Amino acid sequence: MSGPSSDYDPVEVTPLRADEVEKMRDDALAAVATAGDLAALKQARQEHTGDRSPLALANREIGALPPQARKEAGRRVGQARGAVAKALTEREQVLEVEREQRILAEESVDVTLPWDREPRGARHPLTTLQDRIEDVFIAMGWEVAEGPEVEAEWLNFDALNFGPDHPARTMQDTFWLEPAAAALVLRTHTSPVQARTMLTREPPIYIVCPGRVFRTDTLDATHAPAFTQVEGLAIDEGLSMADLKGTLDHFWESMFGAGITTRFRPSFFPFTEPSAEVDLVCIACRGEQPAVATCRTCKGEGWMEWGGCGVVNPRVLVACGVDPERYSGYAFGMGIERTLMVRHGINDMRDIVEGDVRFTVPFGMEI
Amino acid sequence: MRVPLSWLREYVDLPADVTPAALADRLTTLGLKFEALHAAGADVTGSLVVGRVLSFESEKHSNGKTIRWCQVDVGEGEPRGIVCGAHNFAVDNLVVVALPGATLAGGFEIAARTTYGHVSDGMICSARELDLGDEHAGIIVLGSADSVDMKPGDDAAELLHLRDDVIEFEINPDRAYALSVRGVARDAAIAYGVEFRDPADQVVPTPDDAGYPVRLDDTDGCPAFAARTVSGFDPTAPTPRWLARRVQLAGMRPISLAVDVTNYVMLELGQPIHGYDRNAVSGPIVVRRATAGEKLTTLDGVSRSLDPEDLLITDDSGPIGLAGVMGGETTEMSESTSDVLIEAAHFSAVTVYRTERRHQLPSEASRRFERGVDPTLPARAAQRVADLLVAHGGGRIDDGVTLVGSAPAPVAVAMTTDLPTRVTGIEIDEATSVGALEQVGCTVEVAGGRITAVPPPWRPDLTDPNDLVEEVARIVGYDAVPSRSPVAPAGHGLTEVQRVRRRIGRQLAGSGYVEVLSQPFVGSSDWERLGLADDDARRRTIRIANPLSEEEPELRTTLLPGLLRALARNVARGQVDLSLFETGLVFLPKGDGAVAPIPSVDRRPSDDELAAIEAALPDQPEHLAVALCGDRERAGWWGGGRAAGWFDAVAAIRAVAETLGVPLTVRSGAADPWHPGRCAELVLGDEVVGRAGELHPRVCTAYGLPARTAVAEVDLAALLARADTMVVGPRVSSYPVAKEDVALIIDASVPAAEVEAVLRSGAGELCESVRLFDVYTGEQIGEGRKSLAFALRFRAPDRTLTEADTSVARDAAVAAAVQRFGAVPRV
Repeated sequence: MSGPSSDYDPVEVTPLRADEVEKMRDDALAAVATAGDLAALKQARQEHTGDRSPLALANREIGALPPQARKEAGRRVGQARGAVAKALTEREQVLEVEREQRILAEESVDVTLPWDREPRGARHPLTTLQDRIEDVFIAMGWEVAEGPEVEAEWLNFDALNFGPDHPARTMQDTFWLEPAAAALVLRTHTSPVQARTMLTREPPIYIVCPGRVFRTDTLDATHAPAFTQVEGLAIDEGLSMADLKGTLDHFWESMFGAGITTRFRPSFFPFTEPSAEVDLVCIACRGEQPAVATCRTCKGEGWMEWGGCGVVNPRVLVACGVDPERYSGYAFGMGIERTLMVRHGINDMRDIVEGDVRFTVPFGMEI
Repeated sequence: MRVPLSWLREYVDLPADVTPAALADRLTTLGLKFEALHAAGADVTGSLVVGRVLSFESEKHSNGKTIRWCQVDVGEGEPRGIVCGAHNFAVDNLVVVALPGATLAGGFEIAARTTYGHVSDGMICSARELDLGDEHAGIIVLGSADSVDMKPGDDAAELLHLRDDVIEFEINPDRAYALSVRGVARDAAIAYGVEFRDPADQVVPTPDDAGYPVRLDDTDGCPAFAARTVSGFDPTAPTPRWLARRVQLAGMRPISLAVDVTNYVMLELGQPIHGYDRNAVSGPIVVRRATAGEKLTTLDGVSRSLDPEDLLITDDSGPIGLAGVMGGETTEMSESTSDVLIEAAHFSAVTVYRTERRHQLPSEASRRFERGVDPTLPARAAQRVADLLVAHGGGRIDDGVTLVGSAPAPVAVAMTTDLPTRVTGIEIDEATSVGALEQVGCTVEVAGGRITAVPPPWRPDLTDPNDLVEEVARIVGYDAVPSRSPVAPAGHGLTEVQRVRRRIGRQLAGSGYVEVLSQPFVGSSDWERLGLADDDARRRTIRIANPLSEEEPELRTTLLPGLLRALARNVARGQVDLSLFETGLVFLPKGDGAVAPIPSVDRRPSDDELAAIEAALPDQPEHLAVALCGDRERAGWWGGGRAAGWFDAVAAIRAVAETLGVPLTVRSGAADPWHPGRCAELVLGDEVVGRAGELHPRVCTAYGLPARTAVAEVDLAALLARADTMVVGPRVSSYPVAKEDVALIIDASVPAAEVEAVLRSGAGELCESVRLFDVYTGEQIGEGRKSLAFALRFRAPDRTLTEADTSVARDAAVAAAVQRFGAVPRV
C-alpha cells in the first residue's frame, strides 16, 4: 500500500463514503453482539478493530482526501470506531459476568459434608471442675495451695489432732507405706497442706487445697481408692462459724446458682471443734414441694450431704505454730468426684477413673 | 448403734405424736447422726395367733422328707389341719400359727394350699419367717399347754414383741455415751424438754470384803473393777422374749440367758460386762499386764501371743481374758454353768485401743472402751446383771460385793463467757451457755467472766474449751449460725506454675488429646509388660504395707502403666484412633532409710524436725505423658488419613516445652519400653528429662495395642522449674524476606536437629528461620547417606537485603554444615 499522494487530490475515496463506513460499523457491532463467549469476542475485536480491520484501513485513507473533505471523513470514521469500542467493552463485561457465574455454579459443593479429620480433645472433668472451684475462691481473694501425696504420718494425723491412740485414726482407712518405721502414708485428706501452710506462713491465711487423696476403698460405683478433694482453710483474727457459713453459702451459689443454701449438723473431726456436716439444699428440687417428694437426686430428703467443716481446733493451731489466743479459723472439705457426679448426673465412679474417651470428650475444655 | 424405740421410751416420755423419723431428725441436729430407720416386724401382717398342737402324724414322703400332719387349736372351736416340716415340738406345745391371709417376713403370703397330700390351713412359724432371728431348723415353741400367760387364739405378734421401730445411728468417736440406750435417751430428753429416767440409777449394796477377791496391779489400765456372783442359776432357763427381742433389734444375736443379759446391760448402760463360769475360775482375779511369752486362747478359739502392753484378767491358772476386748476360752460360760462371776470393770481407752489393734480384734466391748465409758458404772452395772439373771434364771445373788479401785475424777474445763459467741458467731449469753452445759450433765460455776464446767462421768470427751462450745452450740442449734459474707485480704490469684499447668492441659486438649487420670497403683506385671530390666530404676518403688490388691502393691514411678492400660481399655472397647495424655505425681524412693519423726504436738516442731520430715518424703515429681495409636488424622471424603507415629509423641512434648519457654532439645536415644531405633531423648541442659517415640512392638503386643503405638513421658516438674513464659515482644521487620533453599547430603546417622542447629548458627543474624522440608534417601544419594533440604529465610530489620547479602549468609550456613558434618551441598 502507498501513502497518500501529495499531488493527487481525489474528491472521493470509496471506503470513506458514508454508506461504506456505516456498513463497516454495523458489521462490527453485529459481530460483537453475536459473540457467544469471551473467545468469540476476542476474535471479533481482532477482526473489527485490529490493524487490518476495515475501519482501520479506512482510517488510513483519510489522508488521501482533499483537506476540505478530511474533517468530515475523520469524524465519520472516528464515530464508527468509538461505537464499536463501546460495544466491545459492554459485551465483554456481560460475558465476564456470565463466565464467572458459570464457573461458580460448577464449583458448588455439598456443605453438609462432615468434618472430623482432626481428633477432638478434652481435659478431664475432674481437672476442669477443680479449676472452676479454684476460680470461685480466687475471686474471693483466696489462694491455691498444694502439697505432696505421700505424706508424713505427723502431718496427716498428729498435727491435725489425731492422737496416736485415738479411734479417729481408724475413721480414715489409710494406706501405710513400707517400711512402717518411716512413718509415711498416702495422705487421706488434703489437710496436711493446711498444716504445711500454717507452718510456713503468717496469718491471715485464706487457702484452698485441691488434690488427690487416698483411702483403702475398693473401686466400685461410688468409691475409688485414689480420689480428689478440695479443702479450705481461713485463719485470721475474729473468724467464727458465721464466716464459715457465709463462705460456703457463697461458694455453693457460685457453683449451682442463686438460692442454694447450706445447713450445718453437729459432727466430729479431730481437727475442728466445733465440727459440722454440711448439707446442701438439693440442687435438683431445691427442697421445694411438691418436687422434693419425687426427687431422685436427693431421694426426697431435700438436702444432700456434701462434706465436713468446723472451727479449727486450737490444738491444731498450737501444733502448727499459730497463736490460738490471737487467731482463730475455720476449715471445710468436700469431694470433687461427688460434686461432679451430682452436678453432671454421673452414676458410676468407674466412668471417672477408667479413661474412656467417650466419657471425657463431651466435657471439652471447661466445665 | 441401733436403738429400739420401745426401749428408749422406758427412760424418756417422748410426746405421743413424735414419729420415728422426726425423732431421728431431731437427734441428728443434736449430733447423733441418723443412719437408717428400721420398721421391725412391719412386713408381717394378718393373723398371727397362738396355736396348741392337739395331735400330729409323722408321714414319710417320696422326696425323703418326713413331715408332720398336725391338728392345731387356734382358739376357733374346730382345730385346723396344718402341715409342718419341723420336728422340734410335741403335743400340747404352744406354737405360732400364721393363718391364711397373713404375710410373713420377705412378703411371703400364707394361703390354705395343698401340700404333701393335705390342705394345709395355715403355717407354723420359725423365728426366721417372722424376722425374729436366723433360726430356721425348728419352729418357735412358745410354751406348753399349762402356760398361764397365753392361750390358743391370742395375738402372737404382741407376745413376740414383733413390731418395733429401730433408729440406727452412726455414732462419732466423741459421743461414746450414745453407744447406749441410756445416752441416746438422755439426748432425746433434751431434744423434747422432757424428763429423763436414768436406768443407771440403781441401789447398790455397799462394797465389802466378802465378794469375789480381785486385785488391781495396774490401776492406770484398770482404775475400777466391780464383781458379783450368782449361784444356783438355771442355765437352761430361756431368755425372756422381750429381752431377746431387744438384744436382737439392737444388732446382737441372742444366745443364752446369761449372755443375753450381759449384752442387754451393755446396750442399756454402755458398760461392757463379762460373765465367767465361776467354777472354772481358780483363785483371786488379778488385773495386770502380760509378761513376755504368755498366751491366751480367746473366745473365738484363737490362741494369741500376748504383748507386755496387753492388759489381762488373770487367775491362778494365768490369763483368762484380754481386758475390755475379749474373754478367754477356759472360763467361758457353758450350757451347764449355774454359778456366774460377773465382771464390770473400767479399762483405759488407750490400753483397749492398742490391744484391739494389735490383735485385730474389734468387739462391741472394745468399741465402747476405746471411745470412753462412764467409769462410775461398774458397780451398778454388775448389780443390774445380777438382778436380771436371778429374776429370769433363778438362783440367788451371793452376799459379798466387790468394788476395787475408783472412778477417776473428771477434770474441770474453763472458758471465757464470750467464747461460745466468738466461736460460733451466734449471740449466746452466759445464762444460755450455763443452761446448755447443765442440760448435758455438767456441773457449772461462773466467776470472773469465766464458765467452769465439770463434765459428767459419761463425757470423757469434754476436755477443751471448744468442746464446751460445741455442746452449747448443739443445744442452741447449729441452725442459728448466721451467714456472714467472707472478707479475705486481696489475693494474688494463681501462681505461675498453676497457670501454666492449666495452659498445658488446654494446649494438649486443643490439639486433640484427651486427658485421663489413672489410679497410681502398679505391680510387677506392669514392669513385665513394659519389658523393664530387673535393674531398671523404675522398678525401685515405694510399697504399700496394706495394698488393696496383691497384684498392685507399689506406687507408680512412671505414668506409662496407667496410661497404656487406659489406652488398651479404649481399644478393647472399639475406639481405634486415640490420643491420650495424663499429668500426675510419680513416687521415687530415696532409698536412704530416712524416718519421718513424730514431734510432740504441744508446740510447733523445730525447723530441724520439719526438715527431717521433708527429708523422709520420697521425691514426688509431676510427670506428663502422652500416648497415641490409630490415625492422628482420619481418612474421609477429603482423602486419606495420617497414622499417628513416633513424631506425634515427640511433637507433643516439644510443643509443651515451647509453651513453657524451655529450651528442650531432642536427640536420639534408646530405653525401654521404646522401639530401640525410634526413641528420642528429651534433653534440658545436660539432663535427660524424658523420652518420646514409638512403643516397642513387644510392649504393644503385651498391652493389646496396635502396632506403632507412640508414647512420651517427661518430668514436667523439671520443665516447670525452668519455665520462662514471659515473652519478649518481637520487633517485626517490614522489609521484604529473602528465601534460599539448601540441600545437603550427609551421613544417614547425623541427626537432622543437629544439622538444623548448625545451619542456623552459621547463617548469622540475618537468618529469620530454618525449616527442614524434605528428607530423601535413594540410589542417587548413595548407601548410608541422606539428603536434607532446608528452607532458609533471611530478613534485615532496617533495610532490603541485596542478593549479595543473602548469598553470603547462605554460603556461611552451608560452609558450617560442610565443616561440621562433611556435608556435600546438592545442586
